[in-house]
Amino acid sequence: MGIQAFDYVRPTDLAEARKAYEAAGDARYIAGGQTLLPVMKQRLAQPAAVIDLGGIAGLSGIRVEGNALIAGAMTRHADVAASADVRRLIPALTHLAGLIGDPQVRNRGTMGGSLANNDPSADYPAAVLGLGATVLTDSRSIAADDFFDGLFATTLEEGEIIRAISFPVPERAAYEKFPHPASRFALVGVMVSKSPQGVRVAATGAGQAGVFRVSEMEAALAKDFSAKAIEGISVSADDMIADMHAPGAYRAQLVSVLARRAVAALQ
Amino acid sequence: MPQITLTVNGTPQKLDVPANALLVDVLRDTLSLTGTHIGCDTSQCGACTVHIDGRSAKSCTVLAVQADGAQITTIEGLQSGATLHPMQEAFRNHHGLQCGFCTPGMIMAAVALVADKPDIDEAGVRHGLEGNLCRCTGYQNIVAAVLDGARAMQTSKAGG
Repeated sequence: MGIQAFDYVRPTDLAEARKAYEAAGDARYIAGGQTLLPVMKQRLAQPAAVIDLGGIAGLSGIRVEGNALIAGAMTRHADVAASADVRRLIPALTHLAGLIGDPQVRNRGTMGGSLANNDPSADYPAAVLGLGATVLTDSRSIAADDFFDGLFATTLEEGEIIRAISFPVPERAAYEKFPHPASRFALVGVMVSKSPQGVRVAATGAGQAGVFRVSEMEAALAKDFSAKAIEGISVSADDMIADMHAPGAYRAQLVSVLARRAVAALQ
Repeated sequence: MPQITLTVNGTPQKLDVPANALLVDVLRDTLSLTGTHIGCDTSQCGACTVHIDGRSAKSCTVLAVQADGAQITTIEGLQSGATLHPMQEAFRNHHGLQCGFCTPGMIMAAVALVADKPDIDEAGVRHGLEGNLCRCTGYQNIVAAVLDGARAMQTSKAGG
């Protein structure tokens, strides 16, 4: 069937991209295209214009700034997984990036694209929420806690573009994932981090409203950072995604198991 | 219609392509490089794997316009003259195929994988080929071929 025809625009800076988006009326930005193109093939998205962010200089690459690791929005998963700075400062992010999809997908897919899409089973939302990152856009900074807004939804405004993601370097962090064996999406993935700002536990793949923090575990770990401290804590199966791959109770159980594994890996 | 420039298997190509054309369609239909296969067309099976600037990608999930200016290598571009690429040779020696449909994608994925990680082990090969499906389930010989191909690529590099 193929993809419906559209106008293609390849701007060279963010302002031009925003202007093209607003002028088109019904536009989509394309970053790596690893989600958008399959969605367009299925005609679940039929934008009149596709604005390619691939021609904008300065949107990709990883740099260290003070106590933060800053990844450009167009940084590809494979480049996150291969970055020596990421491995040195946040090895949990190296591990997470290397588990996304498959090598071909990691060579094209981008961090900003994944976050803007906010698939409830994607890995990066767990990294951003679990590490307390900040999403930097063409107009403002959005704290992780204010960014995710339900299934496939974020608080990005119409036309707003993610420029970069700033990750504060934690003392320790670990990501544990139970991948769906075929799609490699997270059936459940849990990021646990400990930093001077506190402990964070974020789960993806599980919640009906997308990525979420497990505050009860965070409180317990703040007092006693051990797998034992969260042994009795579970999330409600009623709030979990239930589908042909796993019922809610299975996912709820995985949240507990993976959180304990992540903590145990850090002890 | 957008005009793009691609270097495909070393040959520069100036092409007018519809914005909604996929890279795989341009390779197969415009350039008649039908070695790159379309399997699932949903970015799962990896039969359409090519190299874009040296990195493996599923050409059914890349717009041709996104590849403007890139170096593309397809299965047709691997061998030099009449000599098969060491990975192709390894697939032949190990019978790393049954029906052969997934083979071009498997070989392109394997070459990129080994270029990245020359000392790859079996677990690495299995993890690295997660984006390529063989519906004949001929994975045993495929993995054996990739491991042998990896050794051969090292040797041929060392031999100059």
